[in-house]
Amino acid sequence: MSSEPSAAPSGLAPEPNHTVRFATLWVVVTLIALPLVIWVIGPLIGPGSASDQSSSVGTDFTVLAVIATPVATMVVMFLLYSIVFFRQPKGGALEGPAVRGNARVQTTWIIVTSLLVLAVAVFGTVRLEAGDGAGSGSGPSPLTVPKGPKLPVQVIAQQWLFTYRYPTYGGVETTELVLPDNEEVEFHVTSLDVIHSFWAYKLGVKADANPGVDNVAFVKPEKLENFTVRCAELCGIWHGFMSNAGRVVTPTAFETWIHAEQKRLAPATKVLPKYSTTYLPEPTRRGE
Amino acid sequence: MSTTSAAASAPQPTQRPLWRRLLGFNLLTAVILGVGGYYLGWWIGHLINGPSFEYESASDENDVALLLGYVFGVIGFLIGLGFANYPISRLLGRPASLREKEGGGIGRYFGLCTDHKVVGIQYLVGIGVFFFVGGVNAMLIRAELLHPVPTLVGPNQYLSLVGMHGTMMMGMMTSGILGPFANYFVPLMIGARRMAFPRIEALTFWLLMAAGFILVSTIFFGGFPTGWTGYEPLNDEAVMGMDSYIVFFALVGLSMAMLGLNMMATIITMRAPGLTWSRLPIFVWSVFATAVLMVLAAPMLIATLSMAALDRTIDTSFFITGGGGSSYLFENLFWFFGHPEVYILALPGFGIVLELIPVFTRKPLWGYRLAVSGMLGVSLLSFFVWQHHLFVSGINADLRPFYMLSTEIISVPTGFIFLCVMGTLWKSRMSFSVPMLFCLAWVFNFLIGGLSGVVLSDVPTDTGLHGSFFVMAHFHYTIMGGLIFSFFAGIYYWVPKMLGVRFNEMLSKAHFWLMFIAFNSTFLPLFVLGIDGMPRRVSTYEPSLQGLNVWVSISAFVLGFSMLIFIYNVVYSLIFVRKPAEANPWHSKSLEWQVPTPVPVNNFEQIPVIDHDPYDYGTPVALGGGQPATAGA
Repeated sequence: MSSEPSAAPSGLAPEPNHTVRFATLWVVVTLIALPLVIWVIGPLIGPGSASDQSSSVGTDFTVLAVIATPVATMVVMFLLYSIVFFRQPKGGALEGPAVRGNARVQTTWIIVTSLLVLAVAVFGTVRLEAGDGAGSGSGPSPLTVPKGPKLPVQVIAQQWLFTYRYPTYGGVETTELVLPDNEEVEFHVTSLDVIHSFWAYKLGVKADANPGVDNVAFVKPEKLENFTVRCAELCGIWHGFMSNAGRVVTPTAFETWIHAEQKRLAPATKVLPKYSTTYLPEPTRRGE
Repeated sequence: MSTTSAAASAPQPTQRPLWRRLLGFNLLTAVILGVGGYYLGWWIGHLINGPSFEYESASDENDVALLLGYVFGVIGFLIGLGFANYPISRLLGRPASLREKEGGGIGRYFGLCTDHKVVGIQYLVGIGVFFFVGGVNAMLIRAELLHPVPTLVGPNQYLSLVGMHGTMMMGMMTSGILGPFANYFVPLMIGARRMAFPRIEALTFWLLMAAGFILVSTIFFGGFPTGWTGYEPLNDEAVMGMDSYIVFFALVGLSMAMLGLNMMATIITMRAPGLTWSRLPIFVWSVFATAVLMVLAAPMLIATLSMAALDRTIDTSFFITGGGGSSYLFENLFWFFGHPEVYILALPGFGIVLELIPVFTRKPLWGYRLAVSGMLGVSLLSFFVWQHHLFVSGINADLRPFYMLSTEIISVPTGFIFLCVMGTLWKSRMSFSVPMLFCLAWVFNFLIGGLSGVVLSDVPTDTGLHGSFFVMAHFHYTIMGGLIFSFFAGIYYWVPKMLGVRFNEMLSKAHFWLMFIAFNSTFLPLFVLGIDGMPRRVSTYEPSLQGLNVWVSISAFVLGFSMLIFIYNVVYSLIFVRKPAEANPWHSKSLEWQVPTPVPVNNFEQIPVIDHDPYDYGTPVALGGGQPATAGA
């Protein structure tokens, strides 16, 4: 069964116009898929709407999914279409057409994919500058800062717990994260030992805690909700257990709570080191 | 292993008693010298780092001793294999043989052999064994994740499993395709009789094997808690098992750099007459692009790990914040290697898919130049994206739009590969042999891997997904769905040439379908888990996520079972049934299939002269807008 050049399949039924058929299929499937992505899958994606940041994560995800859908449907439909229509007949040894390329198709592809990619990058950059990525750790002096008054909260990570200091309330350090509703919060994330990551999933906030680094992230909670804070960077054996509870309360409830905490923790606050954006850790070596 | 026929044709070595044959430079000697070297290093380490460093002796841990043990052990191992013979003979002015064990019996598989075909088979078996070890780790991880609280293993063992699985796969599989297939087939494809540096070729393999055993030995020293990324300063805090990670990865880096250099030298200098760059098989191009990455990226890894080792042993402070170092430095250096590394894993897969699809569609490769520029483009761009791993770390936050752009631009050259695949499939005559099935599955898997990568490259969405199972699912789609599927395509396609034996068709198809379905059923739900906020590398999670985790675990066990089918297939077809394979079962026009099976020691009686590329398939078409078949590209 050597591969002698076989007769072209001209004796068979006339070839259908595959290009038109495939294009139709692609457009139809894409038109079915897009509404599903926008209205069915989109709302399920993301951490919900507990804060401005979590809503924007969900929205951006949906936009990117919409851009990706035609690409996905094209490749998948192409695979299926080829598998169905371009097969070797049973026991056959037919050769395909010796086409080695098509300059027009290639050029179009390069231009279209480049434009698509640029569009995604421009979209990402614009949304980032508009404040969508403000919930991500943006270093000690972020370029884009939300306007208006902000409540500074310091997140101190260490093996294996998070504590929180409120510098505008005498630097009191609490083990629970309580945030006022509808107020811009400015997190200052730092670590006392190894790298951790402060992840308040429902709030759409994630910022790495590096020793000696002040990593700033912003969020504006928009729902009275309880949430969980987890560590998102492997930090040693109890990494999986490094989580604690947080809640968003009304501004008045927050004031009541923080004043009660200030009073309750006053003896502890007195012996704490002075509030600082970073605390230089002693190099911890094993055996010390 | 198929050695009987080769042994029969080769001149028989003189029959000496078994004990005499076991003496000499072979694996047995190597293991003995390796263990001896290890204890020598251990002893010296305790000598120089004993009572003077009180905390070391007090904590019953001596990193110096372990590191020296590993280094001396590896040196002893290599001497035992005979790697020192040639340089020593030359130093003493004695004649030295360039060739080692070429054309010998089964013994050549257990020692230093300079025949690239033997090294290819050594690689295939060696990497297969460590791939299996890494896979068993994955099964244990998934077994633990059946429950939202630790039940099976403690948190320390769990992290060790995660670290071993990740490091084994990311380290060993860097050579997963270049090791077995490029070593075996690049010389055959370019019409050469050997690689440019045959001893270095053998050295890369044996270094990798030593590295693999060192990584496994971490279980005797408490494992390591950092995962495959080894982030500082956790790395500095970790117990002695961390040193195994450091030595393992440094040896892998060394092996990788030399493998890459060897491939580049071979491809540049040893092509047959007439084999111009535009006639080079696309697989060879992918090997070339990968080799460039290996040579440029691996030294960075070795340097980084040396710094980590110095931090751990003599208390330098490269990465220790309180001592003047920076935890960011490690992240930067590691990912400057680490991102090219993932393309080192992916690129050879592109090559295999593009190489195989023309054979099974009976069409020339569509868009040869586009494919080549796609591979070289990916290779070049992969050095400019590393900080997308650090989007939420707070480093250079103002530069994030640049890394967002560069990361997204990589999808343009990757898109070239997809276009070339699609162009070749168009109006083709596909036959669904097992290698082709794996190639088609690659297209689907890599599509999902690539599209999920776009979401991760966007800073706002990455904020929600960084460090979650979404990332994990993404890189399993690109690496397992990309690399491993093309690796199996390569196995089913080329092993009949390498070993001269056919696989059982039914078992192979069963393996494919089970693997493909179980793979998707394992990793698609992980995207959902990631979106739902499940972090990576934890053995505790929200109880509400248990249902999906159980589903994933069961799918993963099925995936593991599909590997058992493969192993059964190997044992059954290659050891018991041994149906001889035809010299060219796929009717390929590529050069490696034109040599007889088994491949003669010198590959070609006469070096072939090449006057066209190896994709001379199909019937010429008069119309249809295509370029003429003779365009050569």
